[in-house]
Amino acid sequence: MRDITYGEAAIEAIGEEMEKDDRIFYMGEDVGRFGGCYGTTKGLWERFGDDRVKDTPMSEAAIVGYALGAAITGMRPIVEIMFVDLLCLAMDQIVNQVAKIRYMSGGRAKVPLVIRVPFGGLRRAAGQHSQHLEAWFLHTPGLKIVVPSAPHDVKGLLKTAIRENNPVMCLEHILLHQIRGGVPEGDYTLPIGKAQIKREGKDVTVVSYSLMLHRCLSVAEKLHKQGIELEVIDLRSLYPLDMETVVASVKKTNRVAIVHQACLTGGVGAEVGIRITEAAFDYLDVPVKRIAAQDVPVPFSPVLEDFVVPTEERIEEGIKGML
Amino acid sequence: MKLDKQLLLDIYGRMLRIRKFELKVEELHLQGILPGLKHLYIGEEAVAVGVTFNLREDDYVGSTHRGHGHLIAKGGDVKIIMAELYGKKTGYCKGKGGSMHIADVNMGILGANGIVGANIPIVGGAALSAKLRGTDQVAVSFFGDGGANEGIFHEGINLASVWKLPAIFICENNRYAISTSQSKVTAIPNIADRAKSYGIPGFTVDGMDVLAVYEITGEAVARAREGKGPTLVECKTYRFKGHYVGEGSRELSYRSREELKKWQEKCPIEKFKQVLTKEGILAEGLAEKINRQIDRELEEAIKFAEGSPYPSPEDALEDLFFEEGT
Repeated sequence: MRDITYGEAAIEAIGEEMEKDDRIFYMGEDVGRFGGCYGTTKGLWERFGDDRVKDTPMSEAAIVGYALGAAITGMRPIVEIMFVDLLCLAMDQIVNQVAKIRYMSGGRAKVPLVIRVPFGGLRRAAGQHSQHLEAWFLHTPGLKIVVPSAPHDVKGLLKTAIRENNPVMCLEHILLHQIRGGVPEGDYTLPIGKAQIKREGKDVTVVSYSLMLHRCLSVAEKLHKQGIELEVIDLRSLYPLDMETVVASVKKTNRVAIVHQACLTGGVGAEVGIRITEAAFDYLDVPVKRIAAQDVPVPFSPVLEDFVVPTEERIEEGIKGML
Repeated sequence: MKLDKQLLLDIYGRMLRIRKFELKVEELHLQGILPGLKHLYIGEEAVAVGVTFNLREDDYVGSTHRGHGHLIAKGGDVKIIMAELYGKKTGYCKGKGGSMHIADVNMGILGANGIVGANIPIVGGAALSAKLRGTDQVAVSFFGDGGANEGIFHEGINLASVWKLPAIFICENNRYAISTSQSKVTAIPNIADRAKSYGIPGFTVDGMDVLAVYEITGEAVARAREGKGPTLVECKTYRFKGHYVGEGSRELSYRSREELKKWQEKCPIEKFKQVLTKEGILAEGLAEKINRQIDRELEEAIKFAEGSPYPSPEDALEDLFFEEGT
């Protein structure tokens, strides 16, 4: 086990899979020699060349549509959309085509397709470069969604996604790309749809994913010193949702907060929260709590953005209010 | 005629099969037997047949909401198509797609598509796939004058040209995007002229003349197979029926009876029949035989569809994801 960055782990996964299977190719904007706007493909073009690491025009709908066409005719494309906000330009292809073609064809089409999407706020990038749109895709049957929070997870989940014969979206928070963590040498995969208990505790279950998971872990450490033990769960996948792990934890702690960087209304927290009440209502000592971004577009000024996104203080305060 | 006699008869028979299939669909729909939306291909048969008769079984086709004709032209089985229109388990999509989503990927039919213009990049991707796999397959995208005004037309064709992909883009210009005349919403009369912007050849052809369509797309297919990149072919055609079955007299709000009659006189099947008769290829007896054979096929298709079981309601929960081992 060595420590590498999240970004390096992702590239390692893709490179290793591409070495093994020449049906895999990668395309997106600036992913070739430039190595991806966020360094997402560094070194891949040098290894695999133009045919397998393809720069595209700024045509997000075409990028996704082309990938779909290639996927249903024997290739295994990975496409990158530079950040999730730009997926708005490809929504028809994702929602009406990619997610539905297998179902609408009565199971005749097979769609081995990975859509890799850097995303996320707190980069002072304002309203069109900072969004958290994951709930839209959760609301679209036919897509699997992973949201890895650690180098180890992004490598294992990306490998599984690449080997899947279904469309998988991998949402990678841009601020996670530089974090370091232990990643085993060699081949391993992680199952899609399996959450992980990152920290055990008896007082409150905290469910989160991606960047906010790290804030929750900091809060857990702080509260531990005050004698409050949080059980922190990293969902890791949003579809399928691993409610089994979440519900088992809630039955133990009897209190649950869901924390995410996406805005509150209609977010992942709403779905997870209602499923908890359906499965474990009688175990809850207090109502399910959601701690999420405010229902406004992401503002630019650091003062404003820091107010909108859940801070450690806000998470701590929210959790303490449940005790 | 320089073309093989049997080929010409097959072209005629295929167009007639589409026409008669669509007339049957209209009849069954108006009787309330077929559920949902139907968009008929009647009047445009020369386009689908003229294009697909240049294709091999392993070539790809991306179709539209008006897709029955493309499917039958590419060799789709009318029994299985009919069963799908009935919503039966034996249909191409086990009743999950219906008229607007019929697909058979194994036959290179990448799907009818309910979103206008949306098959353009999917077909581009199939062409990319063929190129990357080193085959000489080609991929054909059908779309209308309406589809040509979607942004994806630009994105999709530009990329196919940049990557020199074996794709053929067929604009079936039937003059109306639902009720809106092309001249009202399109800055130039010939959509094929846009090919210049993508650095590819563009041709406008009489879409009521099956041999003209066959010939020009034959050249486009050959170019694609030889690795010379995509072509845009615009076929000027006309739909003889409303935008959808059930439009009724509403069509008179955007087109006149005189205009309809003028185009009906150019019926691609009737016109081609006259040519074949004149050439002594299609005698009256043979024409009658072909006609009867199609009638029998359609009777069988309806019998098959009616006799087929519906899916069980719970089947709605299957086929969302590929599961290993299936």
